[in-house]
Amino acid sequence: MLSIRYLHAGVEGKDILRGIDLEVKAGEIHAVMGPNGSGKSTLAQVLAGHPAFAVTRGEVVYEGRNLLEMPPEERARAGVFLAFQYPIEIPGVSNAQFLKAAVNEVRTRQGLDELDAMEFLELLREKLALVEMDQSFVSRAVNEGFSGGEKKRNEILQMALLQPKLAILDETDSGLDIDALKIVANGINSLRTPDNAILLVTHYQRILSYVTPDRVHVLVGGRIVRSGGKDLALELEAKGYDWIREDAGAVQPARA
Amino acid sequence: MSTTAKTVEALVNREYEYGFVTDIEADQVPPGLDEDVVRLISAKKREPEFMLEWRLRAFRHWLKMGLAAGEPKWANVTYAPIDYQSIVYYSAPKQTAAPGRLDEVDPKLLETFEKLGIPLSEQKRLTGVAVDAVFDSVSVATTFKEKLAELGIVFCSFSEAVQNHPDLVEKYLGSVVPYTDNFFATLNSAVFSDGSFCYVPKGVRCPMELSTYFRINTAGSGQFERTLIVADEGSYVSYLEGCTAPRRDENQLHAAVVELVALEGAQIRYSTVQNWYAGDREGRGGIYNFVTKRGKCAGRGAKISWTQVETGSAITWKYPSVILQGDDSVGEFYSVALVNNHQQADTGTKMIHIGKNTRSTIISKGISAGHGNQTYRGLVKVRPRASSARNRTQCDSLLLGDRCGAHTVPYIEVANATASVEHEASTAKISEEQLFYCKQRGLSSENAVSMIVNGFCKEVFKNLPMEFAVEASKLLGVSLEGGVG
Ligand SMILES: Nc1ncnc2c1ncn2[C@@H]1O[C@H](COP(=O)(O)OP(=O)(O)O)[C@@H](O)[C@H]1O
Ligand SMILES: [Mg+2]
Repeated sequence: MLSIRYLHAGVEGKDILRGIDLEVKAGEIHAVMGPNGSGKSTLAQVLAGHPAFAVTRGEVVYEGRNLLEMPPEERARAGVFLAFQYPIEIPGVSNAQFLKAAVNEVRTRQGLDELDAMEFLELLREKLALVEMDQSFVSRAVNEGFSGGEKKRNEILQMALLQPKLAILDETDSGLDIDALKIVANGINSLRTPDNAILLVTHYQRILSYVTPDRVHVLVGGRIVRSGGKDLALELEAKGYDWIREDAGAVQPARA
Repeated sequence: MSTTAKTVEALVNREYEYGFVTDIEADQVPPGLDEDVVRLISAKKREPEFMLEWRLRAFRHWLKMGLAAGEPKWANVTYAPIDYQSIVYYSAPKQTAAPGRLDEVDPKLLETFEKLGIPLSEQKRLTGVAVDAVFDSVSVATTFKEKLAELGIVFCSFSEAVQNHPDLVEKYLGSVVPYTDNFFATLNSAVFSDGSFCYVPKGVRCPMELSTYFRINTAGSGQFERTLIVADEGSYVSYLEGCTAPRRDENQLHAAVVELVALEGAQIRYSTVQNWYAGDREGRGGIYNFVTKRGKCAGRGAKISWTQVETGSAITWKYPSVILQGDDSVGEFYSVALVNNHQQADTGTKMIHIGKNTRSTIISKGISAGHGNQTYRGLVKVRPRASSARNRTQCDSLLLGDRCGAHTVPYIEVANATASVEHEASTAKISEEQLFYCKQRGLSSENAVSMIVNGFCKEVFKNLPMEFAVEASKLLGVSLEGGVG
């Protein structure tokens, strides 16, 4: 489904990703772990098409298409979803209005009929229950005044509504208490089907007790320095990132 | 150019939909202005003596003003000098029907208004909205007049009011905006040709929206209309105003005056969606919209709300204001002003607190795109007697792109220590992050920008009558076309 080859990317005058190779097949969950500043969010944003980052080398193929040539909205419509590490606030735009526009935009591109207000509300109710969010969230402005945990759950709600093929979750587990973590994990697991794939970017092993990854990759200094099965996460947890840095003889990340 | 910049660009450059001209024979006076022209206008309208006298006093005062300071210079707008002798001060479509006889109105006029989305014929009328349609210098038709008359509500063209209700006109004309008020209002007082008049009697709640649609058609003509709304004790009326003009390379002057009078316990809501031709992308042509709008809360507990959505005109100079004379009276000003391409706007409000315990709210949302430039200018004045007066002002500006500008100029004069005045202002750019977030959810740039801009204006839109709010939000999308950068 997703094939990343020798990907180099950065912002003006600064290299961040320095040669990423990654293969993700349908039905798989891949965890990407690494210390702060190692480039995890950059990888996620580059895959989603954030204009601030420039790809300097390498390629990304998604479902047989050159992903990097597609504008961000096209990627989204083709089933790529990014749960933001820091979800954005949009004052004055209700969550319901925003979500309905998004769902219908994606549906239209997939040749499906737009949902009318009633149908959408029904779908929304079902998904709200999944993430245990209160009805009142839908009439509030997008992410405005939401707590950290509420923002993260709102991202999962959007994912559940949009049913992406490839979901990239950027530290959706960070800053959650244990109950919220379980809710988020539950949302992720419910998207797990043989046709979908998930790229789970995380700093901690914690969420991997609820969502079992097929593969774990460790990103340090913009490179994947080690890949393994789910046990790799436990090993990391026990030994810390320094162990792997030394072990891989990796370049120090720009900032810890 | 950032992607935000490109999107605004694409959004702002949409064509002006109402730029067509109606080919109709006009009865017009030659260009230029002197006492004879003032007399001629008055004579054409068969006005009573008091009206002519009033016009002449205004005209003589205007001449003095012209010799002294001339046009107000303090606004943050620039334009080439206006040649007042080249303007046509009266232009009316020939063969106008007797007022009120729709079947006698020239079909071309009906067609024009229909094209503008304002059908006037019995069968197609907008439900729940009574419309007075003003074409250049005259009102061509007023709908639902009889129905309103049953409740004692007078809703007609200003000319008709002068004929049929001279006592009301004489009593209230100039009572809020005196003919000496300012250069443009004084000019209007001398030459105004038509406009709408409304009187709602004691205790009557007007059951439908009243609305005036202003259309400038003839080249070289100015539009000087005058609106007077009087809400008697305990009454309620909601009023809408819409405006468009053909696309032309020359600038045209529109100097209107609106006066509102709310007596004890009365409430007037006045909403404007102003979409005069704004000029082309290089800034050629467009309407100079120099307008004086003011309301007076004359009695205790009266309430006046101005809501405006200003997207058109080359230059807007306009400060809908409220004089809070009655104790416990309330004034509100909700504004969305959008400038794009080379448009300029200097707009805001004045809240004059005279009575005790008077309250005012000002919410202004300015959106600048392209090379557009705008200034919010607002005065909050609390007179010595206005104990416990309260004002809250919120001015937010949103910049789309980096060639546009926004300025906030608040004037606060408080002469009573028990008053409370709050002023908050913010300026934001539409952020790349917001846009990316929307696009990541599949929204196109255009939809994302229009959603973000509409969200920014929400506090104002929610004060518009519902049908109007939908229009306004669409209009905002259109006016932004090509301006989102
Ligand atoms: N927009 C940006 N401008 C400049 N530097 C950036 C930008 N985004 C990320 N970086 C830098 O790139 C490195 C990787 O950041 P990031 O991908 O956010 O790491 P992680 O998500 O793994 O913590 C850091 O050193 C960070 O400071
Ligand atoms: Mg990160």
